[in-house]
Amino acid sequence: MKKEHNALRAVQRAVLAPYGVWALLFIVVPLLFVAYYAFTDSNFAFTTDNITRFFTAKSQVSTDAGGTREVYTYLLIFWRSLKLAIISTVICLLMGYPTAYILSRASERVQKILITLIMIPMWMNFLIRTYAWMTILQDTGILNRLLAAVGLGPVHVIGTETAVVIGMVYDYFPYMILPIYSVMAKLDMKLVEAAKDLGCNGWNVMRRVIFPLSLPGVISGVTMVLIPSISTFYISQKLGNGKFYLIGDAIEGQYVANNLHFAAAIAFILMIVLLVCMALMQRYANRKAVA
Amino acid sequence: MRKIIELKGVSKAYDGQVVLDHINLDIYDNEFVTLLGPSGCGKTTTLRIIAGFEQPDEGQVFFMGEDIAALPPHKRNVNTVFQRYALFPHLNVYENIAFPLRVKKAHGDEIDTKVREMLRLVGLQGFEKRSVTSLSGGQQQRVAIARALVSQPKVLLLDEPLSALDAKLRKDMQAELHKIQRASGITFIFVTHDQEEALSMSDTVVVMSEGLIQQIGTPTDIYNEPQNAFVADFIGESNILNGIMLEDRKVKFHGHVFECVDSGFEKNEPVDVVVRPEDVDIVPEEKGMLRGVVTSVTFLGVHYEIIVDVQGFKWMIQTTDFCAVDSHIGLFIEPDAIQIMHKSKYSGMFGDYSSFSNEFDELSDAAAEVEEE
Repeated sequence: MKKEHNALRAVQRAVLAPYGVWALLFIVVPLLFVAYYAFTDSNFAFTTDNITRFFTAKSQVSTDAGGTREVYTYLLIFWRSLKLAIISTVICLLMGYPTAYILSRASERVQKILITLIMIPMWMNFLIRTYAWMTILQDTGILNRLLAAVGLGPVHVIGTETAVVIGMVYDYFPYMILPIYSVMAKLDMKLVEAAKDLGCNGWNVMRRVIFPLSLPGVISGVTMVLIPSISTFYISQKLGNGKFYLIGDAIEGQYVANNLHFAAAIAFILMIVLLVCMALMQRYANRKAVA
Repeated sequence: MRKIIELKGVSKAYDGQVVLDHINLDIYDNEFVTLLGPSGCGKTTTLRIIAGFEQPDEGQVFFMGEDIAALPPHKRNVNTVFQRYALFPHLNVYENIAFPLRVKKAHGDEIDTKVREMLRLVGLQGFEKRSVTSLSGGQQQRVAIARALVSQPKVLLLDEPLSALDAKLRKDMQAELHKIQRASGITFIFVTHDQEEALSMSDTVVVMSEGLIQQIGTPTDIYNEPQNAFVADFIGESNILNGIMLEDRKVKFHGHVFECVDSGFEKNEPVDVVVRPEDVDIVPEEKGMLRGVVTSVTFLGVHYEIIVDVQGFKWMIQTTDFCAVDSHIGLFIEPDAIQIMHKSKYSGMFGDYSSFSNEFDELSDAAAEVEEE
């Protein structure tokens, strides 16, 4: 028995080895490099200047009144990224949760068809999808022509925060639906019956049983939408007409300007903030699961 | 006794397959009723109709005199203990039991008092904070019972709640359930395919087969006076023979005329005769009413189970006296050991032990359990 067990372990290790090497080379080592660059200057001497710069750099922006105002450059950019990412995530959640629920209760055939429909956009290139939204949202684009046809509009969307949010929601929506759906589809219907039996009406079944049990799906959905939206730069460049400089744009800009150490510092701070966010969410979910 | 639930002409079919065929059933206050039958007999469907999870195609369901056909499950004063307990994995033991009270928005103090009372009733004090997934089957069972009883329903429905437990625990839980029912004074409707369970716990047993109620009675009635060959065979072991009722209190089978205690049959009516294996006395061959040859002997601890060939019909007899295989013995049967039944569609299907073996019996039981899943 014992021998067999050991043999099994050896096989498992052998199978996992390639991934281990991969993870080490392409995940762990690059992360260490990011930290290393973030805390060194161009001569690779230790410094915290890059980090400090993120929190203290100031610049002048013009205000609506015509004057100028001094702001903390990177904190403002970070706040803007966070705001847009949170708005997009909340919209994805509000649309995705009911969709996933309805989907999980549909007949097997309908489920298959709808899942395929949700996945199809993911098979198309991300850049092409974003370009498509440019064409739709332009002042003379498809949206405004449709609105004109019914006697409405025109609306100015392109180049606004709304356009950036629409782009993010469209691109990351499947990442919200799929994890929630997969948890909901596995939900034991006997628990729903038990809840009804014990006095729950439809709303109470949802609030006291289905929602708490689907929390793991919600958490991974939120994570999978929030993280790419907070660090995106492409969507804001194309749909925001470059007016909304986001944290991803900042990293890209510094990198392109060959300012690797500061780019690494921004990436490092972003990573720490995201890790803290995820840890807090996980703790909330665990507390909810025990309470 | 007050009638608490009444089913009138209830029928149910799935995809044209009849599961319940015009069932009439009255259930009284403070009764322990068992719905007993093989898988597919309609017992679970009956339970689900009472709980409100299924709607009958035909007929009416009354709860304390009121038609509840249109009432959804959460408005019925009836709670269920599910076969696999269906405890909420995101809540601990305390919160699982408190669940129905929280839904009703009861006060914190009231919830605490009632939950602790329930924990005491099912013997789980000190388990409040435990996760339900860390409990054993028997403990989960107790939580499920406490959760279903805490809001003091009029009726508790139990859907094969013991089938997932091992034999020893099952026996303990049977006694426990009986005790809880007496202590709470709530009507229990218990569904099982295990006849021993049904006999040991119930006030009333409802034997079902093929969507029909075969017999309703106390455990003793059901065992001693089965009304047809199905009931006689399903409850315990039975020798079922073809007989002719010559006149009141006289029946003929195996070419011999026996005295019995039944009357009210037509003259020379063909009937099914039931004799329980433990009611046959073994006597020397020459003193026997019937004579036979022992073909097999199985030692079962308390008694021997022997198969005796009498004129080609294989009898099962349970006796504490040892008889060797191939020995010739006499059978003696007291008048009150003979139960006479009218012929039914089940006549001739059961009651001869020619193909009997313990192993086979167990195999078919196991198959039945798998089907229930």
